[in-house]
Amino acid sequence: MSATVEAMVEIRSVHKNFGSLEVLRGVDLSVRPGEVTVILGPSGSGKSTLLRTINHLEKVDQGWISVDGTLVGYRRDGNKLYELREREVLRQRTKIGFVFQNFNLFPHLTVLENIIEAPVSALRRPRKEAVESAEKLLARVGLADKASSYPAQLSGGQQQRVAIARALALEPKLLLFDEPTSALDPELVGEVLDVIKDLAHGGTTMIVVTHEIGFAREVADTVVFMDDGRIVEQGRPADVLDHPTQERTRAFLSKVL
Amino acid sequence: MSLTSDPPIDPAAGTTDGPPAEKAVGKAADPGTDYGELTVVPARHPWRWVAIAVTAVLVAQFINGLVTNPGWEWDVFAQFFSAPVILKAVWLTLQLTVYGTVLGFALGIVLAFMRLSASPFLRTVAYGYIWAFRSIPLIVQLLFWFNLAYLYKELQFGIPFGPGFFTFDTMNLVGAVSAAVLGLALHQAAYAAEIVRGGVLAVGSGQLEAASALGIPKLRQLRRIVLPQAMRSILPNAANEIISLFKGTSIVSVMAIGELFYQVQVVYGRSGRVVPLLMVATAWYIILTTALSIIQYYVERHYAKGAVR
Repeated sequence: MSATVEAMVEIRSVHKNFGSLEVLRGVDLSVRPGEVTVILGPSGSGKSTLLRTINHLEKVDQGWISVDGTLVGYRRDGNKLYELREREVLRQRTKIGFVFQNFNLFPHLTVLENIIEAPVSALRRPRKEAVESAEKLLARVGLADKASSYPAQLSGGQQQRVAIARALALEPKLLLFDEPTSALDPELVGEVLDVIKDLAHGGTTMIVVTHEIGFAREVADTVVFMDDGRIVEQGRPADVLDHPTQERTRAFLSKVL
Repeated sequence: MSLTSDPPIDPAAGTTDGPPAEKAVGKAADPGTDYGELTVVPARHPWRWVAIAVTAVLVAQFINGLVTNPGWEWDVFAQFFSAPVILKAVWLTLQLTVYGTVLGFALGIVLAFMRLSASPFLRTVAYGYIWAFRSIPLIVQLLFWFNLAYLYKELQFGIPFGPGFFTFDTMNLVGAVSAAVLGLALHQAAYAAEIVRGGVLAVGSGQLEAASALGIPKLRQLRRIVLPQAMRSILPNAANEIISLFKGTSIVSVMAIGELFYQVQVVYGRSGRVVPLLMVATAWYIILTTALSIIQYYVERHYAKGAVR
């Protein structure tokens, strides 16, 4: 695996500890633009933590990550890395969309206000323009009629689609999904996966942490299997899912398939 | 007619309603197969009727006492209720409440965020402040502020430990009213800090995480995402605090400030009409607290947006 210059995401020997617990023990990964990478693995394998380090919600203890050629959370000057201030980190994050397992919509704001909040306050877009593009995004996720609803008035699947629209409103170069369907009733999973598939076909670069093997098989360009803070195996879905080379991967897949 | 006499637990009230209830619960129709056809007899609550009767008698006694007992001197009450001295005192009481609340909550918000800060120093200072001001009784504090001029003859604005630019005579600057406002506000700040901190903590961590994942600027996160949601749990407690501060202003009477309670004392000291004048103060406290409660209702409704389906 060589460090290609055109990689959208470059992760190099990343380590992360929570106290004495080593969550990430040296992770390397590159993601090319327009690719969909699906990360699989058992609970506690570090996949969500890895995803959260990519937009600096978690600070890495060792190693580095770059997105679209820019170092995440640090600035290089000569031989030193300077930790970015919060304001600069926030600005970096506007280029990276993040979708949470529990949606985390703002409950006191309407669907429309949820979507335009970041474009207006972080990117200083004119409100009118932000509203227009929010309406287009809502139509794209099939919720054009819900603009003035509050999150509590929507089903889980609808809330997650709003959360996706909210992430897209910043026109990010990279979309990160942290188990986007794990908090949903089974019959609502499909509608959210359909939206994500639609984005994948549209050429958005995405990294998706999920337990949906079928989705991985259908949409992923690369499947990454993680266990115990390391990447055990990665490759095309057909290879990793149907002909895993590692015993650990085989054991995991035999349980979830 | 005395209000403190034993409440008449009337045995007759219980027996009249009691027995019929038992009969009604019995089997009504033959045990058919379709229960949907049968008549439903609601359960009876004989003891509830006993309680209602007893309570009604007590309430009637109380109202009767208010109306018939000449000791209330309602004519004196009416004469002083809207007298200029009293109205002026009500106005001063309101001012003490408003200044105490505004300054108290302003400082309280600062203290709350200090306690939530990542710096152990700021956290400790804020905690120390809250600890101290919650420990000292308000009345003791007020007397300290009233005697501030004894500790510091002059107050100076300038560079800390360096030269000063403006100097004030403490006695002139910190008059009785401003000493009272200072005392009330500093006292209030300690409680307000904990209420605001509790409200901020009640906002789920996912909310801040989502806001910062979206790159929303920090101050905007607080103002637009955290505080409006925190307000839902802050408001009921804050309203309690404001109401108790409003009534707490009566403590200021120890500093001979002409607020409502002090003024009432002055008037009855002269006229000897203690009870009707206490009633004047009571009526004003009740009216204004009611107004505050009504405001609370509407403000809470405003911040409940999105919480109800």
